[in-house]
Amino acid sequence: MIYPTHFKYTDQHEWLHIEGDVATVGITHHAQDQLGDIVHVEFPAVGKSLAKGKSACEIESVKSVSDVYAPISGTVTAVNTTLEGKEAVINADPHGGGWLFKLKISNPAELAELMDSVAYTAIA
Amino acid sequence: MRRTPFYPFHKEAGARLIDFGGWEMPVQYTGILDEHAACRERVGLFDVSHMGEVWFRGPKAMDAVSHLVTNDVKKLALGQAMYTAMCNERGGIVDDLIVYNVAPEEVLICVNAANREKDYDWMVTHNPLGVDIVNESDFYAQLAIQGRHAEALLQSLTDVPLAPIKNYWFATGTVAGVEHCIIARTGYTGEDGFEVFLPAGAADILWAAVQKAGLPYGLANIGLGARDTLRLEMKYCLYGNDINDDTTPLEGGLAWVTKLEKGEFIGRDPIVAQKASGVPKRLVGLVVEGRIARPHSPILQNGVVIGEVTSGTRSPSLGLNLAIGYVPAAMSAVGTSVEIDIRGTMAPAKVAKTPFYTRPY
Repeated sequence: MIYPTHFKYTDQHEWLHIEGDVATVGITHHAQDQLGDIVHVEFPAVGKSLAKGKSACEIESVKSVSDVYAPISGTVTAVNTTLEGKEAVINADPHGGGWLFKLKISNPAELAELMDSVAYTAIA
Repeated sequence: MRRTPFYPFHKEAGARLIDFGGWEMPVQYTGILDEHAACRERVGLFDVSHMGEVWFRGPKAMDAVSHLVTNDVKKLALGQAMYTAMCNERGGIVDDLIVYNVAPEEVLICVNAANREKDYDWMVTHNPLGVDIVNESDFYAQLAIQGRHAEALLQSLTDVPLAPIKNYWFATGTVAGVEHCIIARTGYTGEDGFEVFLPAGAADILWAAVQKAGLPYGLANIGLGARDTLRLEMKYCLYGNDINDDTTPLEGGLAWVTKLEKGEFIGRDPIVAQKASGVPKRLVGLVVEGRIARPHSPILQNGVVIGEVTSGTRSPSLGLNLAIGYVPAAMSAVGTSVEIDIRGTMAPAKVAKTPFYTRPY
C-alpha cells in the first residue's frame, strides 16, 4: 500500500489532509482493512469542539464498533454525509471519498506531533 | 492455539485468523458481507472441525444420553438426529448439542468447540448406567456445506442419495473417496445444507474435492464472521453469548427441545418448578433503529434497565440492525417497544418475530 505523501498520520491509523486552517480526517487503508465491512458511522455534530484524543466519531463494522479519536484539537466544520447508506466507500476509498469529518484547527502546535507517510508506512 | 486439519488451506486462502475459544480459526476470507451473500445466494463451505464429537456406546447408550439431555432422544429412529440442550442440576444449560442415532448401540453427540472438555467431563461424571463414553473429537474433521446448491454440489462427490435425507436426518458413506463419512442434513445458517463428519486424516482430500466440485456453483469459503451473521438472522443460539450455565432452556427459547413429559433427566425438576412459577426472563429477537447493539448493551423501558443484549449485528440479508437479548417475560411479546443503550445513546428497538430471516426456496 502506498500512503499519500501529502497527508499526515497518527498511530491510531487516522489520516489528515491539512489545507490552511482546516484538516480533513479519515481512517487509513490499514484501519479499514482491520475493521472489515463498515456498515454505519456515528458522526460528531457540526460545530462541536473536540480536544485532541477525544472520541470524534464511531465506526461500526459488521463485527465491532471502533472509536475514531480527534487527531488534533479543533471544531467540526463538516461531516461526510454522502457516506450515509454508502459506508462501503470507506472500505473502497478510505483516503478519498471515505473521508469522515473536517476540523478547524485550534492548536497548530499539535501538527508537529503527526507522522508523515514514511513514518506511518512503517507501522501500518 | 489449537488448529483444525484445514488450517493450511485457510492460511493459503489468505483468511484472517482469530483466536476463537482457543482455536485459531478463519474469521473471514474475502469479507463478511461477501461471504454472507454467497451462502444465502449460492453455497458456502465452513470448517467446523473445532466442534467436538463424543460417542456413547453400549446397550443402554441412548438411555444414558436421555438422562443427560432435555429432548426426547429415545424417539430417534436410526439415521435421525435431534437438537437438544444438556442441563446441570439447576436447570442451567451446560451446552446445546446435536444427538445422532447412528447404530443400535452407538450414539454420536456433536458439542460446541469451547465446551469439548467441559461436556465430556460432565457426561462421564453423570453416567449412572456406566455406558462407554469416548471423546473422539481429535479423530474427526467436520465441514459444513450450506446454501441452495449444497445438495447438488455434495451429490457430485458421493453415491449416497442425498435427496431422500430429510432435515435432521443423516446417512453414512463415502464422499470423494473418503470412507466412513457421516452426512447430516443439518446446519447453522438457515439455508438447506449438510454437515459432513470425516476422518481427520482425510481432510486434505475432501477440502480439495469440495473446492473443485464447488467451482460451477460459485462456492465461497465462509469464516466465523459470516457464520455469526447467518445464525443471528435465524436467532440460533450461540453458546456462551445467548445461553450459558445460568440460563434455563425455558429462558433461552429452547422449550421446544425440552420435553418435560419424557421422564427423568438432569435439570428436569428445577425446569418444571420454573415453568410452574413463571419464567422470569426470555430470550427475544430485537430490531434496533439507527445503531448496532452489541453483547452486554443494556435494554431499557421507560428509562429502567430491564435486560441485556447477548448478540447483535447488522443483518446483511435484511439491512436491519438485529439483536438477541433477555427481557422480563412480561415484556417479551412481539411488538413490545424498548430502548437499547448503545454506548450512551438510546436506540429505539422492538421485540420482533423470529427467525428474522426465512429462506425463499
